[in-house]
Amino acid sequence: MKILIVDDERDVEMLFRQKFRKEIKTGGLELVFAFSGQQALDILSETDPPQVVYVFSDINMPGMTGLELLEKVKTKFPNINVSMISAYGDTENYNKAIKSGAKEFFTKPIDFDSLRKEITALLN
Amino acid sequence: MALENLIAFFLLNYLRKNFDKPEPFPNTNRLLIIGMAVAAFLGLLGASDVGPRFLTSLLSLLLMGALIYGILTLPSFSKGRPIVAAILPYVSITFLAEFGQILFPSTYSGVEALFETAEFFAFIWAVAQWWISRRQRKALEVQRLIAEQKERELVLTEKIKAQLEIEVAERTADLTKQKEELEKALTDLKATQEQLILAEKMASLGELTAGIAHEIQNPLNFVNNFSELNHELLDELEQAAEKGDTDEIKEIIQDLKNNEEKIVSHGKRAEGIVKSMLQHSRKESGKKEPTDINKLADEYLRLSYHGLRAKDKSFNATYKTDFDPNLPQLEVVSQDIGRVLLNLINNAFYAVGGKEAKEAAQSRGGEYVPTVTVTTKKLPKKVEIRVIDNGPGIPDEIKDKIFQPFFTTKPTGQGTGLGLSLSYDIVKGHGGELRLQSDLGKGTEFVISLPSI
Repeated sequence: MKILIVDDERDVEMLFRQKFRKEIKTGGLELVFAFSGQQALDILSETDPPQVVYVFSDINMPGMTGLELLEKVKTKFPNINVSMISAYGDTENYNKAIKSGAKEFFTKPIDFDSLRKEITALLN
Repeated sequence: MALENLIAFFLLNYLRKNFDKPEPFPNTNRLLIIGMAVAAFLGLLGASDVGPRFLTSLLSLLLMGALIYGILTLPSFSKGRPIVAAILPYVSITFLAEFGQILFPSTYSGVEALFETAEFFAFIWAVAQWWISRRQRKALEVQRLIAEQKERELVLTEKIKAQLEIEVAERTADLTKQKEELEKALTDLKATQEQLILAEKMASLGELTAGIAHEIQNPLNFVNNFSELNHELLDELEQAAEKGDTDEIKEIIQDLKNNEEKIVSHGKRAEGIVKSMLQHSRKESGKKEPTDINKLADEYLRLSYHGLRAKDKSFNATYKTDFDPNLPQLEVVSQDIGRVLLNLINNAFYAVGGKEAKEAAQSRGGEYVPTVTVTTKKLPKKVEIRVIDNGPGIPDEIKDKIFQPFFTTKPTGQGTGLGLSLSYDIVKGHGGELRLQSDLGKGTEFVISLPSI
């Protein structure tokens, strides 16, 4: 099962890959990474239907923001789950995200336990 | 003998009113009144022919003689002298005639006509003298009036002069006071200017704060995350060691190493941000040191971007960079050039964030992507840094003023109007140049060119 992580910080990839190494090794989890909103859309459009089932996106990114990406993904691929991960956990961002169809809203620094729960629930 | 005594009477009266100080006698006035009484008595005697004519005439002569003598010898009676000059011939002739008539009647009758003629001429003399003296007196009076007038004018002039001197002194004091006030105002202004420059520094730092917080939070998260990861990996390493799984052990150790590197690099990243923030807020200007302009530009671009993002949730813009990898290091005061970059980049984001640019693009029928681009380029003997925005552009009438201190287009309280002015000074101070190109409706490009050795 493919999950897409979107963040302009490239080290996120290394972090996630190690955090979920067990799930990747044994649980059938596959992680793909995009470093901008546009790149994320490109990855989603590679196959039809897209292989990715869940997108975790940062909100603050140069160019297309996570919220804009959320709207676009929800319009084009309504079946894909999208959750936000942001350093700015204010109500404005939260309400916007939930209104636009975000499944969950995680704040940075990331609580990997709750993230793992979310992903494990998906895997099972 | 009535007329002579009448003359004596009036002469005495004249003296009484006109003698000068000091008084020639202890009771001059009384003495003269007595003289007048005597003259009047003798005059009456002479006119009425009562009493011996000779005695009356003799007494009259003595009175007149004493009077004339007094006038001629006493300085206090000097005002009577012109009158004496006038009447003396007449009086002399009449007395001579009188005594001639009394003492030698036969001889006198022979020369009476001669005396009468002489009396007549003496009378004319007296009148002429009186007339001349009157004219002289009038002329003197006029002169006296003129002198008095002059005196008054002099007094007045002195008064005015004194008044003027007071006014000049007052004015001088005023001017001195004004000069002192102006000097103080100038000192205050200079102090205020310094404070403003510092305030501008702090304001731009304030704008940075949110960006800095975000920029520090990110590496800090990584430090925490990778530390936690390593903790987990160490547990796994223990398990692998118990199992004796060498491959697993090697793999875990490699991960640990990689993570450790990440911890160090993100720690350094946070440290660098704190350092540059401290440098930015430092009061004294720093030293010139070899600086990687690409790194500096990238750092401030990110700080500016995240600062604005944190401040205004609705803000969004794209930023692009096009850095020349062959850029030489430049000898610059990095926090000063950093301030210039921050100013220009903040302005650029401000320009693309406004409604105007969006409306302009939409009126042309295009989708507006607010974009700020920072480029660097190595040129012969210099380096050019460009901060480009696709905002509304700067009208020509503002272009000239844009580098002037306190000029701002931002609403009151939002801009000090010192950013570009200070930036200009900083670039000049580095021997460089700061210029702009702008097309209305298309965007603005600020070009910093700095000399490279």
